[in-house]
Amino acid sequence: MKFTWFNLMPWPYLPDDFREKHRSVWVDIPNTLYDPVRGHAVYHEYMDQLEFAESLGFDGIGVNEHHQNGYGLMPSPNIIAAGLARRTSSAAICVIGNSIALYNPPIRVAEEFAMLDVISGGRLVAGFPVGTPMDTNFCYGQIPALTRDKYREAHDLIVRAWASDEPFAFDGKYNQLRWVNLWPKPIQKPHPPVYIPGGGSVETWDFCIEHDYNYSYLSFGGYLAGKALLDGYWDRVAALGKDDSPYRAAFAQIIAVADTDAEAEKLYAEHILYFYNRCLRVYPGFADPPGYRTVRTIREGTLTLLRRENQALFQSVTWKDLVERGMVIAGSPQTVRQRMEELIKSLRVGHVFCLLHNGNQPDEKTRHSTRLFAEQVMPHLRDMWPEWSSDERWWIHPLESRVTPRPPAEPAEARA
Amino acid sequence: MNATTVETARGARVRVLEGGGDGAQPVLFLHGLAGLLDDHAFLDGLAERYHVFAPELPGYGDSTGEDLLEDMLDFSLHGWDVAEALGLAGRRPHLAGHSMGGMIAAEMACLAPGGIGRLVLVDPFGLWLDEHPIPDLFSFLPFQFADHLFHDPARAEGLLTGGMDFSDPEALKEFFVGNARRLGTAGKMLFPVPNRRLSKRLYRLTAATLVVWGESDQLIVPAYADRWAELLPRSSIARVAEAGHMVPYEQPEELARTVAGFLG
Repeated sequence: MKFTWFNLMPWPYLPDDFREKHRSVWVDIPNTLYDPVRGHAVYHEYMDQLEFAESLGFDGIGVNEHHQNGYGLMPSPNIIAAGLARRTSSAAICVIGNSIALYNPPIRVAEEFAMLDVISGGRLVAGFPVGTPMDTNFCYGQIPALTRDKYREAHDLIVRAWASDEPFAFDGKYNQLRWVNLWPKPIQKPHPPVYIPGGGSVETWDFCIEHDYNYSYLSFGGYLAGKALLDGYWDRVAALGKDDSPYRAAFAQIIAVADTDAEAEKLYAEHILYFYNRCLRVYPGFADPPGYRTVRTIREGTLTLLRRENQALFQSVTWKDLVERGMVIAGSPQTVRQRMEELIKSLRVGHVFCLLHNGNQPDEKTRHSTRLFAEQVMPHLRDMWPEWSSDERWWIHPLESRVTPRPPAEPAEARA
Repeated sequence: MNATTVETARGARVRVLEGGGDGAQPVLFLHGLAGLLDDHAFLDGLAERYHVFAPELPGYGDSTGEDLLEDMLDFSLHGWDVAEALGLAGRRPHLAGHSMGGMIAAEMACLAPGGIGRLVLVDPFGLWLDEHPIPDLFSFLPFQFADHLFHDPARAEGLLTGGMDFSDPEALKEFFVGNARRLGTAGKMLFPVPNRRLSKRLYRLTAATLVVWGESDQLIVPAYADRWAELLPRSSIARVAEAGHMVPYEQPEELARTVAGFLG
């Protein structure tokens, strides 16, 4: 098993009446609610936590991209990843990812990911989300019905640019480049492991399976609701004749660990409820512009947003709901371990993105929960897939010998 | 109205409503973003004097081939391909378009100004005024369309949904499929800002043009009528009372009379 410590970087100062006063945390959220002076401390706290997670033995540390979003303060996750690449030394840096249909030209992503891979010594995991409608269509103006086509083209361009040893001309529908000639190129060959975060599009499954990319199911619906979807994915894996290595799939789960179950509620409930009740308030009109989802996906019925069980995401929820539905795995190390085993086995996943910072959870609580998970849960879950223990196809392959950044100045030099 | 299907040279299959006498002058009508609804009073009125053809755009209803159409030029040439398939090319049909169809009709006229008789634009998309931003219809929830499109939202009852029963999950799914096809197609012309720089081509539109506007259009406010008149070389404006964006459905008889008065 591989565990990645993930921080969405939510804004922790949304007001108590956010739900009543504002229709959406995303797209048209008033930007007067953001305070850059407080933001200075917030970024550093979150980046410190990611680095702390590496020191406790997490395999990866994860960041992602959102725009005009009150629970995701990383319009450019590559900037955060660059900071992490300097102050960490062994963890995979999982950028899950860059919405490649938004970059003009997407060669920019090939370049920046190559830079991150080189700076980190081959520790980059490269995520290519199609992008949410909120980010891709409403914030960045891409035409819904053409988004997938543009995404495919961007993907083809990036992968070819990474692999090619000679300049080539690219005559795409959305990108025309006479000279594609990547400088620098990534360390990992032919390219860093590619993860495709998805929400249930049938096309995305097939795309991952055909290219042997990791499919990362990112939802906040929890592992019980996620099972039907992952089952559909594994059926497609079998139908397309691929092996069923659990490392083909990743799942994001909100987790909170304390000494006892009661203590977990006491410590974390208010912060996780902040996340569900304030951060996940998304205006439904921004969630599904016609044309974004294909007719095939609508017909297959994997309309996650329209599913009855997921309607709770748009309503006010309670701690009891969250825990019972598995949206949140919280409790003593014993409880969390048992539920994590259930998650891993039932979804058949080799990677878990652990959301151990949630909502407006303070730094000390986040570190407490992270430490308990790392020391008392994670070691017991390591060997869940013994028959696949040597399968490294979906993980990083760093340089054996990597540079340690030199401190800016030795104390003596600084004085001189 | 009789329904037929034609195939264009590009390969789209297009359902066409046709009415009126063979000997009458042809009028090609292009529907709006909501499609051809189950109320043909306007087309029937027009068919009393003209040979009316109302093609359904690929992505709408039974017409297919929407994947072949990606940008404004594709849609404009598709309009001419349909005219060709109907045998109208060379006969200088009058061209009329409502809403999104008005935008396509104006583009068609800019491409081939000598190919049409007269032009009628009913609450057309195609221009953008910073002081009157058009609402983001792609973020509307289904129930919001009626309020934005109609002078009398009660008139929308059943019309926009084709009388579907939304308590039936399968019907709801079919509605979402239909909506995804219709507005997904419309989005190629109208998303995120419904302006494909038509204004810089309008100098070519030398056909006599009637601009019709619903006085209570809340989607594209009537100030746009004046902007069209400024940009069009030969135009006049007719305003229709007690009509929102959906003039052909709210005031079909008056619209048919006004259009006939202009076409002669």
